[in-house]
Amino acid sequence: MDKFHSLKGIAAPLPIVNIDTDMIIPKQFLKTIKRTGLGVSLFYEMRYDNDGNLIKDFVLNTSPFDQSKILVAGDNFGCGSSREHAPWSLKDFGIRVVISTSFADIFYNNCFQNGILPIVVSPENLDQLMTAAKNQIEFNIDLPEQIIKAGNHSINFEIEEFRKERLLQGLDDIGITLGYQDKINAYEEDKKNKKPWLFKDT
Amino acid sequence: MSNQSPKTLFDKIWSEHLVGQREDGTNLLYIDRHLVHEVTSPQAFEGLKLSNRTVHRPEATIAVADHNVPTINRQNIEDPQSKIQVETLAKNTKEHGIQYFDLMDQRQGIVHIIGPEQGITQPGMTIVCGDSHTSTHGAFGALAFGIGTSEVEHVLATQTIVQNPAKNMRISVNGELPFGVNSKDLILYIIGKIGTAGGTGHVIEYAGSSIMGLSMEGRMTICNMSIEAGARAGLISPDQTTFNYIKGRPYAPGTEHWDQAVEYWSSLPSDNDANYDHEIVIDSSEIDPMVTWGTSPEDVVSVKGTVPNPSSAKTENKKKSIERSLEYMGLKPGTKITDIKLDKIFIGSCTNGRIEDLRKVASIVKDKKIASHVQAMIVPGSGLVKKQAEEEGIDIILKDAGFEWREAGCSMCLGMNPDQLKPGERCASTSNRNFEGRQGRGGRTHLMSPELAAASAITGNISDIRDFT
Repeated sequence: MDKFHSLKGIAAPLPIVNIDTDMIIPKQFLKTIKRTGLGVSLFYEMRYDNDGNLIKDFVLNTSPFDQSKILVAGDNFGCGSSREHAPWSLKDFGIRVVISTSFADIFYNNCFQNGILPIVVSPENLDQLMTAAKNQIEFNIDLPEQIIKAGNHSINFEIEEFRKERLLQGLDDIGITLGYQDKINAYEEDKKNKKPWLFKDT
Repeated sequence: MSNQSPKTLFDKIWSEHLVGQREDGTNLLYIDRHLVHEVTSPQAFEGLKLSNRTVHRPEATIAVADHNVPTINRQNIEDPQSKIQVETLAKNTKEHGIQYFDLMDQRQGIVHIIGPEQGITQPGMTIVCGDSHTSTHGAFGALAFGIGTSEVEHVLATQTIVQNPAKNMRISVNGELPFGVNSKDLILYIIGKIGTAGGTGHVIEYAGSSIMGLSMEGRMTICNMSIEAGARAGLISPDQTTFNYIKGRPYAPGTEHWDQAVEYWSSLPSDNDANYDHEIVIDSSEIDPMVTWGTSPEDVVSVKGTVPNPSSAKTENKKKSIERSLEYMGLKPGTKITDIKLDKIFIGSCTNGRIEDLRKVASIVKDKKIASHVQAMIVPGSGLVKKQAEEEGIDIILKDAGFEWREAGCSMCLGMNPDQLKPGERCASTSNRNFEGRQGRGGRTHLMSPELAAASAITGNISDIRDFT
């Protein structure tokens, strides 16, 4: 997995609440069997009209936001479907940080599997950062220090330690768990005796 | 927490499945059953291949194609991408020795319908699937939640998931459900009350006499939409209704283990004095048949109500959000819900595509005709639901009324197959999401119960089942 350490750049403001994963990447793009190539379809229905032409005033279609690696969005970002295509498309577009007041659980988890840092801030801080983003003020995201700096604002954020480490080191989660293979096997042996009906073959 | 301290149903399942703690402080939770479908699994199988990994316990996984499948002309999937995805699932499952119900198998259907139908879903289990509506299986007192594709790969490789415990929330609904109100209305009401982020970070346990009085089908509808309330999982205590449903199904415990299983299942309900991080109590008499007016499942109102006015919103953000929804939905503030004219009716999905739902619809539309301006389709949740309905003559009643009778699948709940709304079309839908573009670009979705959708099909407007004769 890609590492994440720190990032500098302007942020794209998307002041809409409850942005669901259907909006991030609509169903017609879920037919792929690959993880890559989805960036062009990110926010498809907001970015393109019925004929597939760019909608010029959508933020990610306007310079300099079309180069943003940071997204500032309204409450409850990533709700709905579990599709990991949502973080895949964000990442493929170039987004590595999403800032909101809250994230849906599955989306939040999926971000960390893909080297994307979702940051939760207070509603007041979100308002400040949204304004800073609109004004094209440079953001400086520092994961080791857990700080967002933008203009006069310096905002600390929380992140669970294991998630932080995984991002900083780009760890392979499955590889780590496979190190516990003996424990998994022992668990299964124990349950085979105690709850044999669970081991009836499907 | 000591073993003696009172535990919730969630706490009990959680502690029974803890394999151990990793060095990074995270917990490894054992997964009893893994359900796999064609959309969220190809990249997981590809990942295994790229890192030369195998499936840890193939017999704990069941696969089915449901999202992409056509509901007519089953033999041929016309969309080449959909076809590749379904074929990829067949190939991957064969390669790894995973049981797969193919499109011609009568057991094929929506993954969350067939799990319970086959007896795969059982109390006390942990169940995951790369699909947010995995919460459905919580109706059996199983801890069931949706995961992303990277996690699908993790479960395939290790039969575990890295997880930290959720918070406990209990929503109790008490009292006899008023006439015309059923499980769909109940869950829509709950989502309206707590909001789509209300359950974030929590597992919701549904309790109280209204919930425990529901059939398994009704309980599944409730747990199914937990994700629309922000909770990854919903739970309902297993009881005799649960055991009766499971007994004798193909993958249920056999006679040799049945008593032992029931004894364990009976120990699962939350202890009386268990602690919850949040508690909500609802009197069912306050609930009406519910309908969504906007583009989030929390945008609900009584069928007797009106489309809200943005100016009544408490915050500027909420006002903007209502304005955006109303513009998308093509609705004016103050419009009576029952004055909203429909183009399409969709009955089906993992929320309401079970035999009980189809029976209700049939009883309402029997000897009637759908309005001339609407197109109505019924998509059974599985091949076996379809077969059962046909044995009961339900298909004849529905077809006589003007409904299209389709093959099983997810269909127009998300429109990955050809079943989609056209821009501007308005649909009464028994599914779970009214997001912008969900049922087709520009399509307008009103979520409601099968009863309301059936009545609305006949009148052509959103209709209150209580006024319907």
